[in-house]
Amino acid sequence: MSSHAAVRAAIGDNAPYDVMRVRQDFPILSRTVHDKPGRAGKPLVYLDSAASAQKPRQVIDAMKRFLEEDYANVHRGVHFLSQRSTDLYEATRDKAAAFLNAPSREHIVFTRNATEAFNLVAQSWGRANLKAGDAVLISGMEHHANIVPWQLLRDQIGIALKVVPVLDDGSLDMDAYADLLTDDVKLVAITHASNVLGTINPAKEIARLAHARGKTVLFDGSQAAVHGPVDVRAIDADFYIFTGHKLYGPTGIGVLYGRKEILDRMPPYQGGGDMISSVSFEETVYREAPYRFEAGTPPIIEGVGLGAAIDYVTALGMDAIHAHEQRLLAHAMDRLKDVDGLRVLGTAPAKAAIISFTVEGIHPHDIGTLLDRAGVAVRVGRHCAEPLMDRFGVGATARASFGLYNTEAEVETLVEAVKATKSFFG
Amino acid sequence: MFDDLRDLYQEVILDHGRNPRNFGRPDSFNRTAKGDNPMCGDKIAVYLTLAPDGSIQDAHFDGRGCAISQASASLMTEILKGKSQAEAEALFGHFHDMCTKDDHEHTDHGPVDEEAFEKLQVLSGVREFPMRVKCATLAWHAMNAALHGEEKTSTE
Repeated sequence: MSSHAAVRAAIGDNAPYDVMRVRQDFPILSRTVHDKPGRAGKPLVYLDSAASAQKPRQVIDAMKRFLEEDYANVHRGVHFLSQRSTDLYEATRDKAAAFLNAPSREHIVFTRNATEAFNLVAQSWGRANLKAGDAVLISGMEHHANIVPWQLLRDQIGIALKVVPVLDDGSLDMDAYADLLTDDVKLVAITHASNVLGTINPAKEIARLAHARGKTVLFDGSQAAVHGPVDVRAIDADFYIFTGHKLYGPTGIGVLYGRKEILDRMPPYQGGGDMISSVSFEETVYREAPYRFEAGTPPIIEGVGLGAAIDYVTALGMDAIHAHEQRLLAHAMDRLKDVDGLRVLGTAPAKAAIISFTVEGIHPHDIGTLLDRAGVAVRVGRHCAEPLMDRFGVGATARASFGLYNTEAEVETLVEAVKATKSFFG
Repeated sequence: MFDDLRDLYQEVILDHGRNPRNFGRPDSFNRTAKGDNPMCGDKIAVYLTLAPDGSIQDAHFDGRGCAISQASASLMTEILKGKSQAEAEALFGHFHDMCTKDDHEHTDHGPVDEEAFEKLQVLSGVREFPMRVKCATLAWHAMNAALHGEEKTSTE
């Protein structure tokens, strides 16, 4: 069976989600890797979207067209192109708001990436609202981006960092979470979905419990926002963060959603042009949120690219993307069960299409090198989540992460390549 | 599927990776240093016993890592026994060049034990895998740090 036929058979002829057509939007997916003179390489099987997703032609073209036809600096000029540029850039703010079901563009702060968004909240909101003795509650499955900014703040102003433990199946320990919501905790900052385990955390319940005790709640949506629909109002998030490059958009732009009344009371993060209303040497008046947090010339081209990426996934439908990836996940989990000595970290019932695994007797780094030779791109290492590696007693894992363009045939390639790797190291 | 990986994973490497020699923290040693590769999570410790004249009487290692780093550490501990400090440093220099540079870029690191260096040639395949060079050199960096670091005695 060809890979095309295999996929069609798997998702059904009448399925609205045509992954082979989707793949045609991604130029890079048709390339081969490890080509040598006189010998074609292996077709690329890209299973590293959790690190960074590939880009559809629609995003590439939008950025190219913008540079060729509409580019100028934003928020400054009275000339034609500046207005055009500003309109396109600000349109992405509307798109990001709609993508998260935020009330309006005023809730959307653009950052350089998700990491900068965490640092912004820590340094702006954190310094204004926390004092020595207060605590920030994170979880044991956080990415370093949601650990280190709080440690910096801890060392600066003397807050404490508390950690909700992770259960053996990779779920958040919700009983422990409820117990940890003590008076000293002022902020709960937890990932909506784990970049290692795939676990999708019960965001609504997390926020409900926290709000009942007067805490502010931040979610890291870097993974969750790309695998399914997100509704910040339904979740009742105070802050929600995601990044462009994992959402099939460009690098260099991230999004911080903030409740408007919270953003309005936050001091600036960085100083410079564009974030001020007036400047004299005696006094400077800052602009309103969200512009107050965006000092200097912003990532304009990237902003336009992110807008095109949001248009792209919205047109496919985040529900449809979620359903497609869940089929891939179920298939992959089922097939990987057949591999002796393979252990999957993270088997929570609610799980995004991310599979971290180890194979007995073979180091993940060696697995990565061999899979790569079979054309399969996975990530190996600690995944910027070293405490979680320690929790599960592993130094590193291999991680296959699936995106909207992956197929069941690619799952088969992965499984066969893992089996061949086992034979190689025998 | 993996024919062209045989240059990287030669049989000797697979053997040392599976059955590392001189593995484990020895009862006594007088120099030690840790090596850490944060990218892949490899951690290794090297334990040296230096004789009064400074030569390496014994070498051990422990820790976890990929087949390349385990095999490299294992081979290293085998060939270092009996070497003077200068010989060990020369081997490290030549080995590092072998892993990271083309032949014409190699520099002089002093006289080297050709027979010992010959044994290290099985790791020359990493030259084609820039992401794996650190795996091969991790134990050597730790050894070098142990040689130059403070003396540490253990009598466990």
